[in-house]
Amino acid sequence: MGRLDRRALVRAVLQDRGELLVVAGLGAPAWDVTDVGDTPCNLPLWGGMGGAAMLGLGLALAQPGRPVLVITGDGEMLMGLGSLATIAVQRPPNLAILVQDNERYGETGMQETHTAHGVDLVAIAEGAGFARTLRIGSEAEVPALRSALHACAGPLFALAKVDDKPLPLVLPPREGAVLQARMRAALGLER
Amino acid sequence: MTTEPVWPDQLYDLLKRHGISQVALVPDAGHARLIRRCLADNAMRVVTLTTEEEGVAMLCGAWMGGAKGVLLMQSSGVGNCINMLSLAIGHRTPLAMLVTMRGDWGEFNPAQVPMGQATRAVLEAMGTLVRRADRDEDVVPTADAMLRLAFNTYRPTATLIGQRVLGAKTFGTE
Repeated sequence: MGRLDRRALVRAVLQDRGELLVVAGLGAPAWDVTDVGDTPCNLPLWGGMGGAAMLGLGLALAQPGRPVLVITGDGEMLMGLGSLATIAVQRPPNLAILVQDNERYGETGMQETHTAHGVDLVAIAEGAGFARTLRIGSEAEVPALRSALHACAGPLFALAKVDDKPLPLVLPPREGAVLQARMRAALGLER
Repeated sequence: MTTEPVWPDQLYDLLKRHGISQVALVPDAGHARLIRRCLADNAMRVVTLTTEEEGVAMLCGAWMGGAKGVLLMQSSGVGNCINMLSLAIGHRTPLAMLVTMRGDWGEFNPAQVPMGQATRAVLEAMGTLVRRADRDEDVVPTADAMLRLAFNTYRPTATLIGQRVLGAKTFGTE
């Protein structure tokens, strides 16, 4: 399976994003979504490793009318494997998870993660009970992913193998209270 | 003759008054009645977790989306939440935790004591406001105060429900 350019992938996934709310796991996924364009409808995480998918669940349950996409890395997802079971049991129709799997811990020196040794996150998601999973092998498959996540037809787990070439950092705002408050304001929750 | 305590039902009523719609939990016997009440309520989404830290992240997302939640757990689960509490602190998320204590009062199980004794210190080290109730009649007023502190002042708070209130599990030995 070919390896995708992670920035081009995220740019394509977020094209015509409409009502989409995005949670980005710490590290490269947060830089990737910010490279496309910082917006109040993004929550780039700076910490809470292992929590991105569950943060997405809470948001998806609170905002059932809007699609929610969690974009995260393989290392972050491996730290929260239990959350795949929790989410599969809850079956939120509007929650999708996209793992950008470079088989590395990118922020700490490119050490190998378990996915470099055969651990298959798609198989784990299927075993947890995700009825819809996608392996994205080329950019040509991104439109199918985009339509699936906007369809809000049950929780979706997608994974793309991405390359590990170094990229310039594109840092989002760091103040968590600002990131939270601006999304709440965008949702009409702050007066 | 013992009578059923009334505080679990009153705690459920309190959650309703505060408009709680997401209830994240890892079960504890001390929360069993409250959990049953929440499960029977169609306006509450009960989410059973594989580990308590999932609940911290989930309720950060819930608040961002406009929903109020609580995290129910046993004192041992507090240890599983430590780093994830960084999110609630950094985001200024109202995070109300209701913690049933073990390793606290007449405990039988040695494994419960280290985390039970460290619960308050660990929470306070992570910027959480903590109050505890050791009598039945204090449970609901304490929880009410801590929910108000969380949702009015945007921070994690914990209500510790003492093992003296819950009774110690003796594994059939007494």
